[in-house]
Amino acid sequence: MDDTRSLRFFNRGPSPVARLVFFCALSVLLLFVDARYQYLESTRKVIAVMIYPFQRLTALPGEVVGRISVYFETQNQLLENNAQLHQQHDLDAAQLTQMSAIQAENAQLRTLQELEQRVDYPMQMAEIVYVERDIFKRKLFVNKGSQTKVLPGQVVVDDTGVVGQVTRVYPWISEVTLVTDKDHAVPIQVLRNGLRAVVFGSGDISEMSLRYMPVSADLVEGDVLVTSGIDGIYPPNLPVAKIIKIERDPAYPFSRIICAPLAGVDRHRALLIVSGLPKMPELPTASDASSDPDRAGDHSKKKLRRRKP
Amino acid sequence: MIPSGAKDQEFLLPASTSFIAFSLFVAVMLNWLPWHGWALALRPDFVALVLLYWCTHKPHHVGIGIAWVVGIFADVADASLFGQHALAYSVLAFGGIVLHRRVQMFDLRQQSMHVFPMLLLAYAAYAAVHWQIRGYIAWEYFLGAVVSALLWTPMTLLLQALRRPHRDPNEL
Repeated sequence: MDDTRSLRFFNRGPSPVARLVFFCALSVLLLFVDARYQYLESTRKVIAVMIYPFQRLTALPGEVVGRISVYFETQNQLLENNAQLHQQHDLDAAQLTQMSAIQAENAQLRTLQELEQRVDYPMQMAEIVYVERDIFKRKLFVNKGSQTKVLPGQVVVDDTGVVGQVTRVYPWISEVTLVTDKDHAVPIQVLRNGLRAVVFGSGDISEMSLRYMPVSADLVEGDVLVTSGIDGIYPPNLPVAKIIKIERDPAYPFSRIICAPLAGVDRHRALLIVSGLPKMPELPTASDASSDPDRAGDHSKKKLRRRKP
Repeated sequence: MIPSGAKDQEFLLPASTSFIAFSLFVAVMLNWLPWHGWALALRPDFVALVLLYWCTHKPHHVGIGIAWVVGIFADVADASLFGQHALAYSVLAFGGIVLHRRVQMFDLRQQSMHVFPMLLLAYAAYAAVHWQIRGYIAWEYFLGAVVSALLWTPMTLLLQALRRPHRDPNEL
């Protein structure tokens, strides 16, 4: 009759090969969708909220050790620390008064020149909760998220310079891509002479590279690179990196320039998220530029001429 | 007393679902510990090891499906693409299930030899996705596979010890 099928004593569902094919296909599909489109971000958020307490739990031992070590600090150490901080504070205060004078002067000059005023950026403190486990991605997680109005694209700094950029935001934590992440680009300006360039992360903890700079470019070892702010994402004048090595080989059109990030990209626990993005005038539409190429060229020339003196 | 050579006759408690879940949970927590610098490069993948242990020892309890779900959680925690860990763990679980009889025939040292290529395959799946998306192969990543394979013996001993029935000291 219909008993031609082979007998199966134990019903165990589809064979391992079928399962493997199914789950591999599912993974590849997810990979494709996640890499190309943004459909899965909400799912990611839900799961991230679910695992958040456990992530905090794994960070707990480190925090506890940190708190316990505070108890074992001697009075001498504290006094020394305090004296040092006082000294630093005095120095900073002197510089701050100078700076406010210069700022006032700058504001006045800008009004005279009818340029837009620079604004201060509100910052909020965030603490690192969790570091990326893949050594080839320079990412970390901080304890501020969309609940405290963190937005993707905001810049993260510490006391000495730019650390990275917020790339993903969950309700209570957000993901920060460090400036040393492979191919993470920061538009910069050389502090000494205002030369504009873009500095790229190398994937290494302590290295960044300045690409596509001609051999003749006016750069020396020790030059400090600050953000230029012309991309509309990074606020201007934040220190990013310092040139530590320049290799000028005439066989290549570009010199090889290695920089070290100024911020303690892999050192601190507390970071600042710069929350106000500078407002930029709207970009001209593509049709405008293409219909009037002469004027566009003129415009850029004018810009260049103004930069030179 | 059980003779040390007769490992096959050793009586182990049937692994309860809660014990399996607990061991996986502990492995996930170990993976999420804040690792740094060189330790990060050398870090073994505890989740892969525990998954492989259960796939070879209890292939009807833990299979490719569970490995896949664990992988999805790992993806979110690591901010990698959805499916990257899931793919690697599915391949690993498949290897474990297909070879579970063969692996159980050997002693622990030989088991490590068998486990190593499986782990390498899983790491290769992960690195292949990485290569497709980011354009370069992360060779140092494979160091983790070596360390994981070395950890197979202590981890198996630990899990076996936990599964052994507790002896009543007042027993004859």
